[in-house]
Amino acid sequence: MKRIPISLMIGGVITATLVIAAILSQFWTPVDPSQINIMHRLKAPGVEGLLGTDHFGRDSFSMIMAGAWVSLGVAFSAIALGGLAGTIIGVTAACKRGRFEAITMRIVDVLFAFPPVLSAILLAAILGAGATTTIVAIALFMIPVFTRITRSAALQIWARDYIQAACMAGKTNIQITLEHVIPNISSQIIVQVAIQTGLGILTEAGLSFLGLGIAPPTPSWGRMLADSQTYFSLAPHLVYVPGIAICLAVLGLNLLGDGLRDLTDPKRK
Amino acid sequence: MHCIAKPIAKSLSGLIITLLFVSFIIFLVMEAVPGDPAEIILGMSAQPDTLAALRSQLGLDRPFIERYLHWLTGLLSGDLGNSYTYSTSVAQLIVERLHVTLPLTGLAVMLSVLISLPLGVTASAKPNGIVDSFASAFSQIGIALPNFWIGLLLIIGIALTTGWFPAGGFPGWDNGFWPSLKALMLPSIALAIPQAAVLTRVTRAAVIEITNEDFVRTARAKGATPNYVLWHHVLPNALIPVVTMLGMQISVLIAGAILVENVFNLPGMGTLAYQALAQRDFIVIQNVVLFFAVVVIFINFLVDALYNILDPRLRIRR
Amino acid sequence: MMLDIKNLKVSFQNSKGSETEVLHGINLSINRGETLGIVGESGSGKSVLSLATIGLLPANAKITGEILFQGNNLLTMSEKQLCKLRGANIGLIFQEPMTALNPAMKVGKQIAESLRLHTKISRKEAQQAALQLLEMVKIPDAKRKMECYPHEMSGGQRQRVGIAIAIALKPDLLIADEPTTALDVTVQAEILDILDELVTELGIALILISHDLGVIARIADKTLVMYHGNEMEHGETADILRRPTHDYTKKLLAALPRRTRLDFDNVPFAQGELK
Repeated sequence: MKRIPISLMIGGVITATLVIAAILSQFWTPVDPSQINIMHRLKAPGVEGLLGTDHFGRDSFSMIMAGAWVSLGVAFSAIALGGLAGTIIGVTAACKRGRFEAITMRIVDVLFAFPPVLSAILLAAILGAGATTTIVAIALFMIPVFTRITRSAALQIWARDYIQAACMAGKTNIQITLEHVIPNISSQIIVQVAIQTGLGILTEAGLSFLGLGIAPPTPSWGRMLADSQTYFSLAPHLVYVPGIAICLAVLGLNLLGDGLRDLTDPKRK
Repeated sequence: MHCIAKPIAKSLSGLIITLLFVSFIIFLVMEAVPGDPAEIILGMSAQPDTLAALRSQLGLDRPFIERYLHWLTGLLSGDLGNSYTYSTSVAQLIVERLHVTLPLTGLAVMLSVLISLPLGVTASAKPNGIVDSFASAFSQIGIALPNFWIGLLLIIGIALTTGWFPAGGFPGWDNGFWPSLKALMLPSIALAIPQAAVLTRVTRAAVIEITNEDFVRTARAKGATPNYVLWHHVLPNALIPVVTMLGMQISVLIAGAILVENVFNLPGMGTLAYQALAQRDFIVIQNVVLFFAVVVIFINFLVDALYNILDPRLRIRR
Repeated sequence: MMLDIKNLKVSFQNSKGSETEVLHGINLSINRGETLGIVGESGSGKSVLSLATIGLLPANAKITGEILFQGNNLLTMSEKQLCKLRGANIGLIFQEPMTALNPAMKVGKQIAESLRLHTKISRKEAQQAALQLLEMVKIPDAKRKMECYPHEMSGGQRQRVGIAIAIALKPDLLIADEPTTALDVTVQAEILDILDELVTELGIALILISHDLGVIARIADKTLVMYHGNEMEHGETADILRRPTHDYTKKLLAALPRRTRLDFDNVPFAQGELK
């Protein structure tokens, strides 16, 4: 029986809370997050609602819950898309080697030159701002990230003796990839999914902060921060609350990833 | 000497191919943008024949490949075309904005290295000691902090309460060096903290790993003091992963600069891109995006070259 | 006595605080111009013994007993004093020639560094001396090799560099921890010859650690047989080889190739003849 790393426990609890809050927000929030109440605008935490209200009198706590859905949804869809594509490319490159590998890795290098903010600006010029733009922009960047990781992990597996044995036994490259390579690198991929989802949340927040993210009135943490800039001195809680939410979410996912790595990779312990 | 030159020549040709590829993709994407530049410049009420005249003046009526090649040759001679909305050339706009963005990112990199190297090295000296616990808490939390939020906190916590640094805006280098530097201070701290967090982690891990290598024991057996070994044997080898990380973080830094410039209202490249998008000034977007992509690619190329200097083992392997 | 180790015990404390003793009271002594062989299987505590002698055991090691080097107890010395002693008076040659050299520093500089750490000589003089040392350990084309990085050399050449580093300052005591284990048999013989010459020419004391009784038999005057951190047998090499008293020593002997064993039986070697 292995001991569960402490980072895994903390990360797991934070992430679970986040996921539950996000899902719950689709059915229930203390107040409707888009309900405007000018009478109760810019109220401090505790005075009106658990975390106060914004410049339209909307309930911060409810907005954070609804924002969790957007953040997690965007980040996770992007990681799922980019991660899947990147993993397929990486595993294939490791399997085929040669010219195919050289060319794909070059293309992947090119994608790596476009940080999500840049591709989001380019995409926003075509598609306009919105969830699609953010998801595609983050996913595009995730492709090179996952391709590089899975390729080098897969190459290490290919170098092992039992792969030689499998080759001798007459297995095709595709069979070996499916039976040996992918199962052996899957734990590394899962660790990366956790960590990159954290980075995805960070990026999504940045993009909505710039106004490139999901359109209002759907609340998002990044835009809550952007809106807060005007009301610094009147209502500083509007700056603190969404920022802490972002920070906790990313921290939780990072800890979860670290913990999973400690659990699955005995060498790093 | 040629053992260094050869891999560099090889990656140089790779670099050119990558750059061509990137420029082509950006051009292709901008082609897909809906809307007519001529109409954006002249406004909705323009006469059809003036629109047509402007289109041919901008070269919009020529075939796609011809326009792409025209842009490329323009790039080589430094002529990026004219902005639709600002009445200057794009090249001049970029140069002006770089006066903010370059020092901003440079300061941020400098700060992050100044924080992370000593912290990571001190932390590695006593694993699980006080400094180490602080360093790992710092890196764990720092990585999770959005830099634009740090910027907001710095404005509330420092700029508004002490007044030592301005909460935003940029006086321009011509209007005094110190005021300009002060205006960049808080933004670069905001940019530096998450970077420093990542680098602290890498530095600590690298120093611990190298310290356990056999050659460090050899050096100690020569009679070198722990301090000497750190500077002459451990750090030169530990810098290899640190430099890699710095190179990989460049895209994060650029993204961060766009956000932080926005928070502090700095007239830099990021704000330029952002405003150009709002004003549908596509030629500016096209060139600014290319510029950033080229910077990312070029820095990665430099890191590769630096590798060859730091790690002599690589000179043969390639 | 150049080195006198009395009742040396070493234990390691793990992260949970429990202690494991790995050396259970070792006694040995060695004089100028002598070669002491220490033999035992891996895990018998040979390397711990050699690291203890040069004061480089990790911080979680607990050491009791005495290590008298020229009459001074190393265990009570300050780190600063130890740094002055290491390299200058006690040299150490490591087991792994592949990893014991800094991959990012030129070989010549690594040898010169030994000199510059202890003496006030110019960079140029140190380089000159390093070149002489490389020639002394018989590296072909020494001048060009000065500018090489470790990865550009063979294992045998790197081990020679390791020796050059250790003898740079003509230490009184040289400890060679499995110096030939990672090398080809032919190269092994050459390295042993170099070490043996150093003992006779420079009059240094050599502690040669090996798991290979054949290597020990070749050049050691006295031999210490270790097993699980215990001293099993200690005496003149010839005696131990011909009249092993301990079961473990007999097993070690039996494990040698037949041809080597026959050599021991037939040659009526007295001490000098082994050299």
